[in-house]
Parts: sequence; structure tokens; C-alpha cells
Amino acid sequence: MTDIGIVSYGAYIPRNRIKVDEIASVWGKDGGSISKGLGIYEKSVPSIDEDTATISVEAARAALKRCSINPKEIGAIYIGSESHPYAVKPTGTIVGEAIGATPELMVADYEFACKAGTAAIQSCFALVKASMIKYGLAIGADTSQAAPGDALEFSASAGGGGFIIGKENVIASINSTCSFTTDTPDFWRRAERKYPAHGGRFTGGPAYFKHITSCSLNLMKKLDTKPEDYDYAIFHQPNGKFPVSIAKKLGFSFDQIKQGLIAPYIGNTYSGATMIGLSSVLDIAKSGDRVFLTSYGSGAGSDSFDITITDNINMLHRENAPYIEQMIKSKKYVDYGTYAKLTDLLYWE
Amino acid sequence: MSSSGVARFWREIPQRYNLLGNKCNSCNKIFFPPKESCPFCRRKSIGKMKELKLSGKGKIITYSIIHSAIENFQKQIPYIISIIKLDEGPNITAQIVDCEIEKIKIGMKVENTFRKIQEDGYTGAIYYGYKFRPCDSLLTEKEQCKCDTK
Ligand SMILES: [Zn+2]
Repeated sequence: MTDIGIVSYGAYIPRNRIKVDEIASVWGKDGGSISKGLGIYEKSVPSIDEDTATISVEAARAALKRCSINPKEIGAIYIGSESHPYAVKPTGTIVGEAIGATPELMVADYEFACKAGTAAIQSCFALVKASMIKYGLAIGADTSQAAPGDALEFSASAGGGGFIIGKENVIASINSTCSFTTDTPDFWRRAERKYPAHGGRFTGGPAYFKHITSCSLNLMKKLDTKPEDYDYAIFHQPNGKFPVSIAKKLGFSFDQIKQGLIAPYIGNTYSGATMIGLSSVLDIAKSGDRVFLTSYGSGAGSDSFDITITDNINMLHRENAPYIEQMIKSKKYVDYGTYAKLTDLLYWE
Repeated sequence: MSSSGVARFWREIPQRYNLLGNKCNSCNKIFFPPKESCPFCRRKSIGKMKELKLSGKGKIITYSIIHSAIENFQKQIPYIISIIKLDEGPNITAQIVDCEIEKIKIGMKVENTFRKIQEDGYTGAIYYGYKFRPCDSLLTEKEQCKCDTK
């Protein structure tokens, strides 16, 4: 059987950070207890000249720097985000041009709350498997929006990750993937609206936990695997607490999820979250390591993946692009006023 | 930007996104933005101008801090505009990002990054292109933490 999977990877996290404490102090809340409750210390903030397109380009260029594939051989680009800069005009066209993959390729933007990036991986995987393309580029990136004063403001952040999928020089073989989807109105943003709305406490149990649990168990059942068969696990991380509880519930240890748990340091990057988590695991993974990943997107659905790291990981020039740990450490703190300016909270037309 | 502005920007996308310059194969000089013919070899260069993608790495040769900007750039002040000598030779004028004003210095190594350059308000087109950032912006985190933390 030919391996189909990840040929290279890249990620990008904007450099600005705001502390949960700083946001809480503006709204007269206790930052310490909010930070503890969410398991988030600080979150990334896009600069005034950064958006989902620029984050996607940086992630894609990082992936290309690590390998030696010709961008013209990329036959598809799918970008998952809930913050595409244009409502009409695909982000993928901008990314395709900026990495030199145009014009002979398929492009579409995906949208499925926080799991649109993993949906893009599945599409690329299928196209490669069908031999319709040589390489596909799947990206998940967001500059997520939160209304001022809303609970989401403590976590909604910015970042993204991208994976080149193919069947030559595969560094991480995708052994299997499955999805679990229902109509669950836990979180949404109506067309033409700037900020999302959510079902409050409803978002935990029947949404995040139910979908990730069902999808993860389905995949392990299908493959006849157990949590202890995996070296690493990555779960969607809307905060620092949910992924820890879901891991425990499913039988994964904290040691298994630690490397892919990024939300405490940069917040919830939405479509970028599991992509950045997987990038962080690939930063240090060794040949033979087995990785389990389940994303979650409100609305709602989950995608699970079973991945094995191959010997080719040693040939990939991982050092040619920044590691997640370096990007987490490279930061500049901003105050709430600056944050408001950068994220356009003070806008009027 | 008017619709003719959109068209002009669109034509320049290869240069703005990918630093696509060109090289005179008669005297080996490299140009950015690309030139129709080599100003040194003139007629001799006809048919010998070869497209060349620049590496996007270079050094700051001079800079200026902008404190008073035109409308579209007001939210960014103070910001740094610099002339950079690219490793391949040509000079390029660009904004420097992810760099504190007090850290900028002549000779600093920089690399290109993809950013929004301008947007036509909340309804018009968004224009993307190159800006530059310090090469070691990811390696000096200790130094950065010291002065950025309140
Ligand atoms: Zn010449």
C-alpha cells in the first residue's frame, strides 16, 4: 500500500499578544480566575496588516521552505477559515499566486467553524488517492472575531497551519480518517455580521464533547486501536481546559496531549488550532511515532485522523522554518487600547 | 484606489507577491522591479533579460520613521520605511514590521514577509504585497521579552 499523507508542513502565529488579565481589567473582571478557568494565559493578536490570507501565505511558504517540491506541482489549494478577508473572492487565489502555484490548480475556500482546515486535509487526501493531483495544500487559518466584552474575547485569537499532502516522500502517513456531523446550533455568525453568537453553556456537552468523543471512538473502533497505541494526541482547543478533559474522558494521558496543546499560550486560533497543534507535534516527532487527531467545528462536526510518522521525517528540513515553540516565545505584548485598534473594534463606516 | 488603480496593482502582482525581478544576461546585473531592457547594455540586452525570483533577504541601508502618514496608514504610525539592499544586488523600498522603533539599525538583516499593504476602506479591494521583518525576529525572544513586558 502506498503511503498518502503529509509531505511538508508550516505554521504561522502573529507576534502580538494580549494577556487575559489585561482584557479582564478593562471589563472589571478577575483576570486570575478567568485565566485559570479557561486555561489560557494570553492570546495572539493579528497585526493591523495581517489577516487570514497573510497568515495562510506565511504558513504555506514555511511548508515549501522545508521541502524541495515545485509549487507548480500543487494541484489543489483548499483554505479553511471563518475569517476569509473577502466574503466573495477566495483566499486560495491570493495564496496560490503568492506561492507560485497558479494558474493550473483547483482552489476553493472552506468554511466549517474551527474544523475547516482538517476538512481541507481530507479533500486533498482524497484527490491524491484518486491520482487527480500530485500534491494538495490544505490550510486552516483564522483571525477570529469576538465582540468586545463577550466571553469569547479572552480566547479568540489568530494563527494558522498548512500541510502539503501527497504520496512521495511522505513524512506522516495518514492511515485513516473519518468524520461525525450533526445539526447543532452551538455557535454561529449570521451573514453580514461582524461578531459571532453562541449558545452559552450549551456549547460544552452536546457540542464539543459529544462530537469529538463519537468521532474519536468511531475511528479507534474502525482501526481497532486504543489510546495507549498513540504517542501523541491533538484535540481541538477552544481553550486550555476542554482538550484536557476530553483527553482524560477518552483515556489519553496529559503527556500524550502536552506537545500539541498550544491554546494556553496563544488562545483559540479556530481553524488554525488543530493544525498548529499537529505542526507542534511534527516539530519534534520521530520515525514510527503514531499520532491521533480530532478537530471540532461548531455547527457541528469533528474529523479524526490516525497518522504514523515515517523515516522521511529525517530528510525534511524542519529547521528551514520556525518551530511552534519559537513562534510562541517570539512575542510583543499589547494593551487593550492597541488591541482594539489592531482588531478594528473601534470601527465605524 | 480607483478601478484603474486596481488594474495597475493587479498587473504588478508577480513583483509585489513574489519579488519577481529580472537579470541582464549580457552584464549579469539584476533589477527590481524588472526592466524591459538593461540601462547599461541597452540594445545588447534585447532578448537577454531573464526573469528572476529574488530571495527576499537583504540588509537595511537606510531608514526613516514615519510619524505623520496619509489616511490609509494613520493607524500604523509610527512605522519604519527602509531602503534595503537585497542579497542579489538591487535596492528596494519597503516597510519594516515586527520590529520596535528603537531596535531598527542600519546593517540589520531582514527578510520579506507577506502583508496587507492597503485597503480601500471597508468595501474596496485589499492589496497585498511584501514588507520586511528582522531575520532574527524569531531568535531574540529573550531580548524582546525584557523590554516588551510591562
Ligand atoms: Zn546589462
